[in-house]
Amino acid sequence: MHIHLADQYHPGGGWLHRLDPRVKVVICLGFILTASLLPPGSWLSLAGLFLIALGAAWSSGLGATFALRRSLIALPFALAALTLPFTTPGERLLEWPALGLAVSRPGLIQAGSLLLRAWLAVQAAALLLGTTRFRELLWALEAVRVPAVVVALLGLTYRYIFLLADEALHMLRARRARSPGGRGPGIRWQARGAGGMVGALFLRALERSQRVHAAMLSRGYDGRARILQTRRLLPADTLALMLAFAGYGGLIAAALAAV
Amino acid sequence: MHIPDGFLSLPVALVGWGLTLALLAAALRRANAANQLPLMGVLAAFIFAAQAINFPVAAGTSGHLIGAALAAILLGPWRGMLTMTAVVSVQALVFQDGGLLVLGWNLFNMAALACFTGDLVYRRLGAPQGRRAGAAGFLAGWLSVMAAAAATSLQLAASGTVALRLALPAMLGVHALIGVGEGLITAGAVAFLRGVQPTVLARPAGASGDRRTAYLLLGLGLALVLTPLASASPDGLQRVAQQLAFDVKAEVAGTGLSKGYALSGVSSPTLATALAVALGAALLAGLGWLISRALARGES
Repeated sequence: MHIHLADQYHPGGGWLHRLDPRVKVVICLGFILTASLLPPGSWLSLAGLFLIALGAAWSSGLGATFALRRSLIALPFALAALTLPFTTPGERLLEWPALGLAVSRPGLIQAGSLLLRAWLAVQAAALLLGTTRFRELLWALEAVRVPAVVVALLGLTYRYIFLLADEALHMLRARRARSPGGRGPGIRWQARGAGGMVGALFLRALERSQRVHAAMLSRGYDGRARILQTRRLLPADTLALMLAFAGYGGLIAAALAAV
Repeated sequence: MHIPDGFLSLPVALVGWGLTLALLAAALRRANAANQLPLMGVLAAFIFAAQAINFPVAAGTSGHLIGAALAAILLGPWRGMLTMTAVVSVQALVFQDGGLLVLGWNLFNMAALACFTGDLVYRRLGAPQGRRAGAAGFLAGWLSVMAAAAATSLQLAASGTVALRLALPAMLGVHALIGVGEGLITAGAVAFLRGVQPTVLARPAGASGDRRTAYLLLGLGLALVLTPLASASPDGLQRVAQQLAFDVKAEVAGTGLSKGYALSGVSSPTLATALAVALGAALLAGLGWLISRALARGES
């Protein structure tokens, strides 16, 4: 629902940047899975996950606050989770009978765990996307068995986003240049204008897609997208994968043993 | 409406992936995807760009597009769904709008459900035959947003993230307004295209196809998130998840590891916990090694 067209990739040369993209995808998904598996109230294990994320960001030269900045995006959903202490039954810690509100202990634990979990997951994804170029990510997705057609579709989409966004911005500038300011004749009129611009942009995109398709066919496109990549798994990649998973295993075991 | 990671419980997230993969497989079969790649790729980029075209509504807010209804109207529901799949996936994979583990449900809501809702409304109102195209476009846009918002709140409630009696009115209330922007722009675009180039609104052959599979899977998905909510215990799925976690713990206990007292024959709880942690670490490190072998084998 929000529009921002800033690629999350952050140029750099730390070890996270050099790690095999497939390994990074697996480690990141493992991190998010681990966070989701921890039972509510596993504060120590959640803190351990936070240290892993913080350590990874800091040791690869991204700066400790890198992943923290992106986590604001989850804010509207965090507000939803903040209602949990009031709606979960259980031992009451605080009560306002006049308002009909009460804060319960299990609700508080659940909401706290949930917010930490979500916050950690956002950081893991921020580290993956901040250190992996999109074409590397596509190659990694194909290696973990995402269908080739889907990977090719994502690649094509990404290639034209910035081009078409530029066209949309040109249209917006043209609209501004022809608007004398002040109030327009009303929302319906404004919306018709915006709808017309969307329609015009569609016609341009349609025409462009036909041109692109013809050009691809002329170069021998047969419906299969081939990604050129020669990265091989290095011992360091295997080591990173095993270390990360060992950390997850230890944290899950610690959380289960503590319950 | 892009759900971030962590706000859905693991079982709910996995159910979403199962349904979405089935929907995607059906869409790829029906859309002749390989030959339509340039069309769908460029048009997914178009939806992105169209989301930037806004107009002022009131009090500093502005109306703009999500685009699912428009994609379904212009491309048919299956190809529209694939196009929106590219949009929502790239939003998650490049711009970090929405999570990865929960991407299954985000695709279900904003690509599949929104497209098929928009398509159903638009066709039912007779718009493809040229009657009431603007009004049909408006309703298709508005209802596609409302359907996705309602489904999102059901998934959040089924995960135990928020009570449904709070989530549903809040989501529907906010999106009833957002949906007006969506509806007005969709209607404006349809009206513009009808005037300028009506041929693009006449569906190309094979663009629509059989929708029963989609309706079946979408209905199944909504039923699955509704069941735990309709049952006597409102957080049923959460209970199932906890039960599963307890079963795992019982199994751990069966192997000699349990509740902090851990390995049979080990008396000190601290030592036992340390051993449990070491065992867990060793097990998952082994899994990591197996995954790396599998990745290396795929290289050739």
